[in-house]
Amino acid sequence: MVIKKPNEIKSSEITDEKTYLNRRNFIRAGLLAGTTLATAGVYRFINPPPPKETVTAEIENIVKTSNYRTEEKLNSFQEITNYNNFYEFSTSKTAVAGKAENFVTRPWTVEVGGLVQKPKTFGIEDLLKFEQEERIYRFRCVEAWSMVIPWVGFPLKKILDAVEPLGSAKYVAFETLYHSEQMQSSFSAGIDFPYVEGLRLDEALHPLTILATGLYGKQMPNQNGAPIRLIVPWKYGFKSIKSIVKISLTDQEPQTTWNIAAPREYGFYSNVNPAVRHPRWSQANEQRIGEYTRRETLMFNGYADEVAKLYEGMDLKKSF
Amino acid sequence: MNDVKFNKLLIFINSLVPLLFLAWDALFGKLGVNPIEFFLRTTGVLTLIFLLVTLSVTPLRKYFGWNSLIKFRRMLGLYAFFYGFLHLITYSVFDKSFSVSAIASDVWQRPFVAVGMIAFFLLIPLAVTSTNEMIKRLGGKNWARLHKLTYVAAILGVIHFWMIVKSDVFYPLLFGLVLAGLLGYRIYAANEKSAKILTTRITRSDTKKI
Repeated sequence: MVIKKPNEIKSSEITDEKTYLNRRNFIRAGLLAGTTLATAGVYRFINPPPPKETVTAEIENIVKTSNYRTEEKLNSFQEITNYNNFYEFSTSKTAVAGKAENFVTRPWTVEVGGLVQKPKTFGIEDLLKFEQEERIYRFRCVEAWSMVIPWVGFPLKKILDAVEPLGSAKYVAFETLYHSEQMQSSFSAGIDFPYVEGLRLDEALHPLTILATGLYGKQMPNQNGAPIRLIVPWKYGFKSIKSIVKISLTDQEPQTTWNIAAPREYGFYSNVNPAVRHPRWSQANEQRIGEYTRRETLMFNGYADEVAKLYEGMDLKKSF
Repeated sequence: MNDVKFNKLLIFINSLVPLLFLAWDALFGKLGVNPIEFFLRTTGVLTLIFLLVTLSVTPLRKYFGWNSLIKFRRMLGLYAFFYGFLHLITYSVFDKSFSVSAIASDVWQRPFVAVGMIAFFLLIPLAVTSTNEMIKRLGGKNWARLHKLTYVAAILGVIHFWMIVKSDVFYPLLFGLVLAGLLGYRIYAANEKSAKILTTRITRSDTKKI
């Protein structure tokens, strides 16, 4: 066996130092560029894509004479449609718009029943025939952010009057559609579906309480609770249940989703109340979307003049 | 430039990438609908990521024998501190308008803020004693003992994340599991080591008897 000695390598075969260094620099430059690009790619993948542009049909003949219009600066359509809590689609507020893009909302019916004289199932077309008003409301989320939103809709009272509640009816229970194929939330969302909410009957009949069918003069975008949702502006946002399929009048206080998930944190009433802090955080102030400093949270979200009388004699620290 | 220096540069630049993106997106108003929340969340998650990466150096060295990783641990740890600092500053300036009394009452009212705050303050002595000079002055053993605080900071960091989440605990759980793995490996390795010492002793005493 012949073992080649190292010195038998021809000198012409040895890479000269300059080439060797060049190649090394080349590899290093490649490594630097490659890993940086990969890191950048991971960052962009994890962080949400740019905002979605959502296009929906115009709602015609909107009445804009309602008294319930705050003069505060409106949040933009883009802000309102790209920052949503809709756990059926995603637990990430910025991901909901994309996940709800193909949500099918036609045909759609809302079944209204329970303790009523005339139970009735409304098609979405029927509901859009009610006189549609614009209501500009503050919207305060329990997560301490807020927006000002020009909703379109009609008082919930109209639909309740149409079914004629019985004298025994004391509460109104609401239910969101749950369609697991269209709504592929995280397995770890941590709340039960279908989403359910409830109001006391007098809260439901209050003129501020509306069923909203749209915003900014257009039909409701999917991510905001298409095709019809509740808006109760003096309560934390999670009370304003989205994509409603069922409304029933009851004599018992209805179960509500977040109360089931964490009873110490979310009460049945959940009125906006800066004096009652959430067990984990203060509710004294809020981040208005579009602003860079926080503002004070107002009692009943600034609607105390209209709704405080509903809670006379109640200890709102206990009935939070 | 030798390989160690080059690899340091590589890690330094890659670790800076998220900050560059944050700065770029902030400059062009591309941080989304709630920029403050986004900045806060991202810097918080980066702090946890760097803490976990720092804590994975020892297990990787022991398990795969990649001893040279130790050369990069200080930089990774300092990046954890740096992103943690940005996280705290964002919170103090934008959430609390830099008001000491507002921050103090927040720490009092919101346990998760207190937990996060403690975690950050634990990192300060570690960052301060990260220089060669300080290691020498403290002595290797003391220094190592002090830097075990990283474990506490990481545990508190994960708890802090868990507490802020409303109901979807997927990400805190993920960080928690990784951390449990990294700390669990240390306990396992320590037991192995003491078991070995024990076995050696037993074998020796047995030999003596014979």
